[in-house]
This record gives sequence, structure tokens and C-alpha cells, in this order.
Amino acid sequence: MDNIEILVAVPLLNVQLLLDGLLIGAIFALAAYGFALVWGVLNVINIAQGEFVIMGGYVAFVLFDNGIHPIWGLPLAFVLMFGFGWAVYRVVISWIVDSDIFTTLLATFGLSILLQQLLNLQFGSDVQVADAGFPVWALFEGMVTVSGIKVVSFILAAILAVCLILFMKNSRLGQAIRATAQDRRAARVMGIDTDRVYAMTFALNAAICGAAGALVAMIWNIQPYFGIVYSLRSFMIVTVAGYGNLLGVILAGLGLGAGEQFAAFILGSEFQIAFVVGLLLLVLVVRQYLQGRKRQAVGRSLSSGVK
Amino acid sequence: MTLNMRSLLRYGIVVLIGLTLPLSDTLEPYTFQLAVLWIMILFALTWDIMGGQMGYFSFGNIFFFGAGMYICTLIQIGLYYDVAEYTAHFGAVPIHFTFTQYFTGIFVGLAAAGIASVAMAVILGSGVFGLRGHYFAIGTLGLAIAAAEVLGGVDYVGGGGGITIPIYPGDPDDRSLFFYYLCFVSAVATFAFLRWLYSTRFGLAINSIRDDEEKAEGMGIHTKRYKTVAWAISAFFLGICGGIFGNMVGFIEPLEVAFPWATYGVFMVLMVILGGKGTLWGPVIGAVVFHIIKELTWTYLLGWQWVALGTLIIVNVIFFQQGIVGWARDKWPERFGLIVDESMAAAPGREATARREPAE
Repeated sequence: MDNIEILVAVPLLNVQLLLDGLLIGAIFALAAYGFALVWGVLNVINIAQGEFVIMGGYVAFVLFDNGIHPIWGLPLAFVLMFGFGWAVYRVVISWIVDSDIFTTLLATFGLSILLQQLLNLQFGSDVQVADAGFPVWALFEGMVTVSGIKVVSFILAAILAVCLILFMKNSRLGQAIRATAQDRRAARVMGIDTDRVYAMTFALNAAICGAAGALVAMIWNIQPYFGIVYSLRSFMIVTVAGYGNLLGVILAGLGLGAGEQFAAFILGSEFQIAFVVGLLLLVLVVRQYLQGRKRQAVGRSLSSGVK
Repeated sequence: MTLNMRSLLRYGIVVLIGLTLPLSDTLEPYTFQLAVLWIMILFALTWDIMGGQMGYFSFGNIFFFGAGMYICTLIQIGLYYDVAEYTAHFGAVPIHFTFTQYFTGIFVGLAAAGIASVAMAVILGSGVFGLRGHYFAIGTLGLAIAAAEVLGGVDYVGGGGGITIPIYPGDPDDRSLFFYYLCFVSAVATFAFLRWLYSTRFGLAINSIRDDEEKAEGMGIHTKRYKTVAWAISAFFLGICGGIFGNMVGFIEPLEVAFPWATYGVFMVLMVILGGKGTLWGPVIGAVVFHIIKELTWTYLLGWQWVALGTLIIVNVIFFQQGIVGWARDKWPERFGLIVDESMAAAPGREATARREPAE
């Protein structure tokens, strides 16, 4: 625990870790928001969420590899992954959307294996970075460094989030998605084509993940097998926040990002994944004890809905 | 369910085949593969206790496999040697154990692995069994991943570099036969035990948890106790199996050998749904079929085998969820001792595999 003493002795290091964590946490929040969307609307836990993120990352990486600035990977990944998500919905998810947990979990797990192996065959298992080439700013006389790309990606993530919120609040489709999340049967009675809503929700989720992934490729690194940790992070964030709670998802995402940075510094970076998974277990156990004997059959009505 | 002559004969034939397989000259080079087949059958059987019979979908049963492996190995070494010193060399200095040292080590280790796995299942059960549905599946998956990641950072047990297992004192051919029969015996013992278990009140109780946990609790079944015992049973066999597998491979490390949640951890689920979950023979048949498919794809589709596996999972789950035995039971219900009431459209056997609405 020597590293804690370092943190106490050099307070500015805390600022550094906190800043890094928040900038990365914004991306976790994005992926978790998509996860919550699919969970709330389709009642599907998408284990392949992380693979969608990594796929978006490879879009940015391919652009970078071909000499195009990887920042263009963000809109491109959004568009490509939207189409991909739609196709996945039509081929796989539409079959399982009304079935039990066992089916949805395992089918998306199979999807996750399939995608990660296809990525592995295509790109190999090397860890890749799409270097955006932005300057690194030094604050507090060089004690704290902020890389430009992290700030830019944070801003982009924020813009994307605002656009999403506006879309969900105001657009016709966004309202249909929210209505379906509240009560799918009532939505169908009111004339909403729920199948189309499902397809669009899943595609939108893939697009959000793709955009988040493009940012991951620029500020961090990507590798075909890194996906599962993003799925677990998303699951944890949504479990903590609840899938109808947008503000909660954002705060939990930022908190997790910061927490991970501190844990990686204190415990050593080889324990970072262990920390994420350990925290997930802790969250699940605490949640269980909080609920205690309160649990009761609520049916499958998803009363909270997605904002 | 008592043993009549016909089923006695059937079991006799299976056991006889199992006993003689590695002795034939053509199959002798494949002894390792055949031993792995028995381990696969054990995997599927133990997963089905929870996943099929009790309706608790666990991704993390592989945790006990790895835990048993590490415990067995550490005891084997620790009985006669200083573990920290042994692991510090990464097995670069092979230590030769004598016959008695080796065999007392391995059997004490296996027993300890089984008992320790049961203890862990009971302790973890109190934290895990309040979880339902998605939370249980992801929580148990987290358990396996966490164990792999944490052990990878602990130098005392070799860290990510792993431990080399003490060398078998004797002829390599004897060694492979020895481990083959260990795997064979543990798989057969698991099957026999589960066959008995499912015919008792315990089997009915865990079936009732699968069908409706709230109602089962309402009927006075202490569900948590049953769930914990069911998990402890699968942990016991998995722990021993892990100890055997570690010795058979000769080298253990956290990610690929001890806690391979992405390979064996997924295989055990896939084998059960392939064969038919919630049935006695389903896991066995599923394991054999899966093992053959796996060996074929690994041989002929090299590079694409994982893609084929992912596709198999998706197709299996979407279109063939009742599995081979479930399908056969729907097709010939009278062969499974089920009486078909013509006035009812569905065969009675269907109810067991019928889909349930999620509880949440």
C-alpha cells in the first residue's frame, strides 16, 4: 500500500488520476447507456456489447492505418455499426427477443464469441492504438498532464449524449422507443410497430457502442479479446444506476472510470480487470442484501422505462 | 427408478467400453483425448445439476474446477516441499517425487480439492443465491474471471507464469492410463451419484425450484438450503476433476488451464443444451456429440473453429433448445416412460422443457 502514501504525499497525482478517470468514464457511460436501452426495451442482456465497442474501435483503427485522421472514425463507426446492429437484430436477436433469460444470455454470448473471433481472424490479436496526434497539455507546471485527445473525446461523448437525449425526448422514434420500454403491449395497441422499434433500438445501441469504441481506440487501446470487460462494465453501471436512470448511468460511468484509475494506481495495473470484476461482484451482493426480503414477482412490466 | 435387467445391461456395456477403450491398439494414442472426453461428460453433468435441473444458469462453475486444481497442486507440492521455493523456479528445476510421495500427494490433494470446493460453494452460496436470472449468470461469470485475474497476480502460486506439476514417477504409458482411469472413474461416479440423486426427494425439490421458486418456497421447501447443496455437489465433483486435469496436463496457470471460462466454461453450457438440459442422459450425449464436433472443427476448420463454435451456440440456442434427448422425448414419449394423453395436445414431457417467463 505504498502507493497510497504517494497519493497522500503528492496531492496533484490525485487530480491527474481523477481527470483521466472522468475522461475515460464518459465512454463507459455511453456504452452503458446503450446497454440500458436494449435491456429496458428488448429485455435482452447483450453480452456482445463489448464486441460492438471493439468493432467501433477497429473502424477508427482502419482509418488511422490508411492515413485518415481517426477522429472521422467516430461518425463512420456510428453509421456502420448502426447498419451492423440492424442486421444482427434481423438475423439473431429478432428470434430471441421474447424468450427467457437463458436463451437471450446464451445467444448473445455466442454472438460475442463469434464477433471476437472474426475480429481476431481479421486483425490479429495485437493490441492496437489509433493515434490521433493531438498535443498533450501540461497543467500545474507539468505535474498534471492532459492529453488533447482525451478532452476532445470527452467533449464528443458529451455531444453524442446530448443528441441522444434530445432524440429520445423529441423525435417520433425516440418517443416510440420510450413507450415500448414502458409497456410493449400497450405500445402495440396504440399502433407502434414494436418490431421496428426493437430493430432501431438495437441498431442505435450498436451505433452508440461503435462511436464509443472509436474513442476508445484513440485514447486507450483495443484488442479483439478486450470486449468482455466493457460488457461487464456496462452491466455493472446499469445495475448500480437502474436502466431507467440516465443521470445515474452517467454518474456511475464517470465514477467507475475514476475508481478504476485509482485502483490501477494503488493495486498495480495488472489488477485493473480484477478490480472491475470484484467491484461488480460487490455491487451484486450489496444490491441483494439491500433488496433483502423485498423481492416479489412483479411480472415483466418494465415500469421505470428509459428516459 | 430401480435398475432392471435391461438398463443394467446398458450400463454394463458403457462401463465395459470405457474400461477397454485405451487398451485397444488403434485408440491408444488418443488416450489423452478420451480422458478429456470423460472430463467433458463430468462438466456437462455437474453443470446440469444447476442449469438444467434447478434452472439456475451459471457461467462460473469453472471457478471450482480451477480452485480444485490449485488446491490439489499446492497440497501435492506442499506435503513434501516448500511451495514458495518451488513456484519461484517456475518448474525450471524439476523435483522428482518417489512413488509413495507422488501417490499420497495426489490422492490427499484430490480429497482436499473436493472438500475445499464444497466449503467454498457453501460460503459463496450465501452471497450468490440471492441473485436471480441475469444477475446470477453475470455474477457467477464474474467469480470465475475475478479468480483468474487475482491468481495471475499472486506470486506464491506462480502468478501468471503458472506452476509445473510434479513429474509422474514411472512409465509415460502407465501415466496416461492412470489418468484415463481417474477421469473415467470420476465421471462414472458422478453419473451414478446424480442418477440416484435425481430419483430422491432432493431431485424433486430442485425441479420445483426450477419450475417456480416462489411457489416452492411457499410450499415450505427451504430453497436456499437446496440451492446451496446443489451447488456444493457440482463443486465437489468439479474440484476433484480440476485436480485430475491439472495433473494430467502437467502445467497449470490461471487463464488458460485453471479458469478457462471462455472455453471449458462455455463448453459445459453448450454441451448440456446440445444434449438436452434437465435430463440424465442429455449431458452425457451432448458431451460426446460436442467433443466429436469440436475435434472435427479443430482439425478441419483450423482458424475458423471458434467462429464455428459461436455459430453453433447461436443456432443451438435459437432453433434447437430442447436438445437431442429433449427432441427424442418429444418424438417418442412412450420410450421415456411418459404416458401420452391423446386428449391433450402436448406430450407431458414438454412441460419440463417449456419456456418460462422471466421472474423479473
